[in-house]
Amino acid sequence: MSDKIEGVKKLFTSKSARVETNRGESYYNNLFERCQARLDELRAQEPVNRLDFSELLSEHGTDRRDFMKWVSATTAMLMLPPMFAPLVAEAAELMNRAPVIWLELQDCAGNSEALLRSDGPKIDEIVLDIISLEFHETLMAPSGHQAEKQLDGAMGHFNGKYLLFVEGSIPVGAGKEWCTIGASGENFLDHLTRVAEGAAAVVAVGSCATYGGIPAAAPNPTGAVGVMDVIKGKPVINIPACPANPANMVGVVLHYVLTGQVPELDSLLRPKFAFGYRIHDNCERRAHFDAGEYVESWGDEGAKNNFCLYKMGCKGPMTFNNCSIVRYNEGVNWPIGVGRGCIGCSEPDFWDKYAYERPMADAKLKAPTGGVEKSVDEFGLGLLTAAGIGIGIHAAASAIAGKKEDGGEA
Amino acid sequence: MSKKHIVVDPITRIEGHLRIEAVIDENNRIVDAYSASTMFRGIETILQGRDPRDCGLLAMRICGVCTGTHYQRSIEAVEDAFDITIPKNARIVRNLIQGALYIHDHLVHFYHLHALDFVDVVSALSADPAKAAEEARKWASVAGEAPYTDGQGEFKEIQDRVTKFVKQGRLGIFGNGYWGNKHYKLTPEQNLIGVAHYLKALDIQRDLAKMQAIFGGKNPHPQSIVVGGVTCVQDIQNPARIALFKQLLKDGTKFIKQAYLPDVYMAGTMYADEATDSKATFTELIEGKGVGGTGGGLLNYMSYGDFRLDDTGFYKAKTLFPSGIVYGGDLSKVEDVDPEKIAEDVTHSWYEGSEPLHPYDGQTIPDYTGLDKREDGIAYLKTDEKYSWIKSPIYNDTRVEVGPLARMIVGVARKDERITKYVMNFLKRGNLPVGVLFSTVGRTAGRAIETELMADAMVEWVDELAANVLSGDLSTWTEFDFESVSVETKGMGLAEAPRGSLGHWVRVENGKVANYQAVVPSTWNASPRDYKGRMGAYEASLIGTIVADPEQPLEIIRTIHSFDPCIACAVHVVDTKGKELGVYKIDTQCSI
Repeated sequence: MSDKIEGVKKLFTSKSARVETNRGESYYNNLFERCQARLDELRAQEPVNRLDFSELLSEHGTDRRDFMKWVSATTAMLMLPPMFAPLVAEAAELMNRAPVIWLELQDCAGNSEALLRSDGPKIDEIVLDIISLEFHETLMAPSGHQAEKQLDGAMGHFNGKYLLFVEGSIPVGAGKEWCTIGASGENFLDHLTRVAEGAAAVVAVGSCATYGGIPAAAPNPTGAVGVMDVIKGKPVINIPACPANPANMVGVVLHYVLTGQVPELDSLLRPKFAFGYRIHDNCERRAHFDAGEYVESWGDEGAKNNFCLYKMGCKGPMTFNNCSIVRYNEGVNWPIGVGRGCIGCSEPDFWDKYAYERPMADAKLKAPTGGVEKSVDEFGLGLLTAAGIGIGIHAAASAIAGKKEDGGEA
Repeated sequence: MSKKHIVVDPITRIEGHLRIEAVIDENNRIVDAYSASTMFRGIETILQGRDPRDCGLLAMRICGVCTGTHYQRSIEAVEDAFDITIPKNARIVRNLIQGALYIHDHLVHFYHLHALDFVDVVSALSADPAKAAEEARKWASVAGEAPYTDGQGEFKEIQDRVTKFVKQGRLGIFGNGYWGNKHYKLTPEQNLIGVAHYLKALDIQRDLAKMQAIFGGKNPHPQSIVVGGVTCVQDIQNPARIALFKQLLKDGTKFIKQAYLPDVYMAGTMYADEATDSKATFTELIEGKGVGGTGGGLLNYMSYGDFRLDDTGFYKAKTLFPSGIVYGGDLSKVEDVDPEKIAEDVTHSWYEGSEPLHPYDGQTIPDYTGLDKREDGIAYLKTDEKYSWIKSPIYNDTRVEVGPLARMIVGVARKDERITKYVMNFLKRGNLPVGVLFSTVGRTAGRAIETELMADAMVEWVDELAANVLSGDLSTWTEFDFESVSVETKGMGLAEAPRGSLGHWVRVENGKVANYQAVVPSTWNASPRDYKGRMGAYEASLIGTIVADPEQPLEIIRTIHSFDPCIACAVHVVDTKGKELGVYKIDTQCSI
């Protein structure tokens, strides 16, 4: 028991779970040269679109300064030192060499909508123009047979080169044959397998494509799973969250163009640049947590003063994502900012583990098997409440400046 | 008489997966149609056994386009069950979150999901930018406004950019479109206006989405609504947040009035010949008699009513949209909606069940019987049996249509002052007869009218919120004793989503969800035949439509898109012997 208390204490008061990202000078010099060579190689290739990027910028009313601001923020987000900024700018201009095919399976189109909200200085249109979006059901002009022709054409033309973005889960259990696409009635699994065949890498966007998400929530009526459970022998990159933050989608494409490789991933195949630290580590309300000041019920005095939401069920301490830095909709707001707290949407099984407005220790969870309810402890999730270990602890040494007002231009 | 059977799967520019099959006669006239959803997740089953306070977040994931609407509906069903009245601030904030969704969703729908059914992108390349500027001024003046895009310079820039895009040969999402189809009716200049606004709307929608994020935390999938109220107490007490919201609303409204409405006038006028008075019955249409406006369909329109304007509580307060039902397009009569008369039928849906059930008693037990065997690469629906994942909702033993047009029609029939003013104003300015409403074009116009009305109404709501906060009321949540209220109860959240009437029904026993059913707008509209063989709204709206080129489903997707649905499809034409007639060789590469 005492071990457990120590463990919890450590979890809640550690300076940061942020990955140590500085690799030292020789590593970066080496990487810089590799990226430079990669970009030269791309520049020499036949472009997909022959668009003049700087002209595009001016047509979009985006001036160079705005663009460079976005570049430096993105460089920081990708956890690269500032010397990489010119390369990131160049990569952005070369993104049109990255053809993208986007599939929607057991989805709600939330990630497609998120893509449309892509931020940066009016970068949404730029992205629409300069990555070559070859197939995207929600946006494309043709339907039916002509849509299928478009997909086949892109798969053939860019064989081995395209990035495949997948939105939505794949039913492989009871529902395997229940979901079909196209006139031939191809099931989702066959459809995905066929299209993934010629992809350079597969990017699962959103928690459904990553872990199965909501269709996989107990009792998982269709036997839904994520992309990594069915696609083998290909690089798979996961960008979970519900929906995924478009900054992270663009980040992955940029990284791929820049280095020709998938970014460094954690054990759940999430890019470390975005999922290398917890919401809690950079939370704007962290100081209140450290001071033991909590919201105790919705709309109370604590809520009016932006106190910590842990007791209202915020799962920031268990959740790895960069929301606290990047936020949403061009930095306008985020779930903790709006006084609700985090529901852990970038973690596996979050619907069954985290998505409720009570602290974990008070929660009775529906067993993932659909069986008897157990307390969190019985599930072995073993987290006590902050209050339970007497957290009034002032982690005074907390080195995290959790109150960035500028939306995190680190 | 030889008939052809068209399969459209995937229909694109929608949310989700839906297949349309249509049968056309020798005059290329649609005489039969079937609508089928081909994706199932089982969210109602997933909701069973959970804490009712958590259902909103889960239910929201039904849809990421009308994001937030199922969230609110679910929370309000639970509040109805617990008999909770939420504070004034919470009511207004929810109206603002939902209102922001309406205008965002309607705008994205018109430009990014629907416009390419009217606008020929390739034709825009041969437009004269000076004439396009003139044309834009003309249509803006119909709406009594200055044009949003003014001056030939701006049109020239956009045209050059699109020309460049087309010339480089990879058309991306515009590849394999139906460019050049003879049922595209706009002039090159009008097409250029459409393309210009398509691109500008991409920018505008990003800003409109921020409105939802201000009080909702993010978009898609906001997070600030809880059983009992809302959590965004610091956002409502911050004048800078209110000011930002107002500014975004103002900028969005400008685009709605100076681009969206003029463009709808333009499309409505150019396609007006398809929207003639459509009082002919199905039987007459199928027999080739009577004049049918394209896409009229059922002509029975229902609205639950929504956007409470005072704090007297659910189903008591005065609402922005009145509730009611209008039969047969007869605006002189309107009946009250009785929730008891709603039932769901599964005769042609992939579920177990033998009779229509009220949603409180509804079941969702899959019974998948599949498609027919593949013939020449096509697997048809078994239309005599079960053929869709969508159930068939029935009101008072009739099939009805729901959506923005239904809300406008019910509003006019109810003689609602505000709605009547906006509808009549639209028709008068555009010099259009009332009959034009009962068609595909009318459905699209109804949505535009509603967008303008909503944007104007929201200004009043923001001011109301600011004034209430200023008066010292910071209350955002009503306390309740969960343990006692959740022993045994049931509730419903009946209101309007951007796409139409939306109901969530929940039964709670011992603090857990015992049964959950959602009947969503697309359930009403996209449903298959019912137990009496009567069509759903999509199916009915296609009857009588003439298809210019059976190899291109342009008219089918235009009408289906007018409902703003969830579809995904592929088109093949076969004769009744099941032989494929042709594989299309549609080359959209332009040689400019």
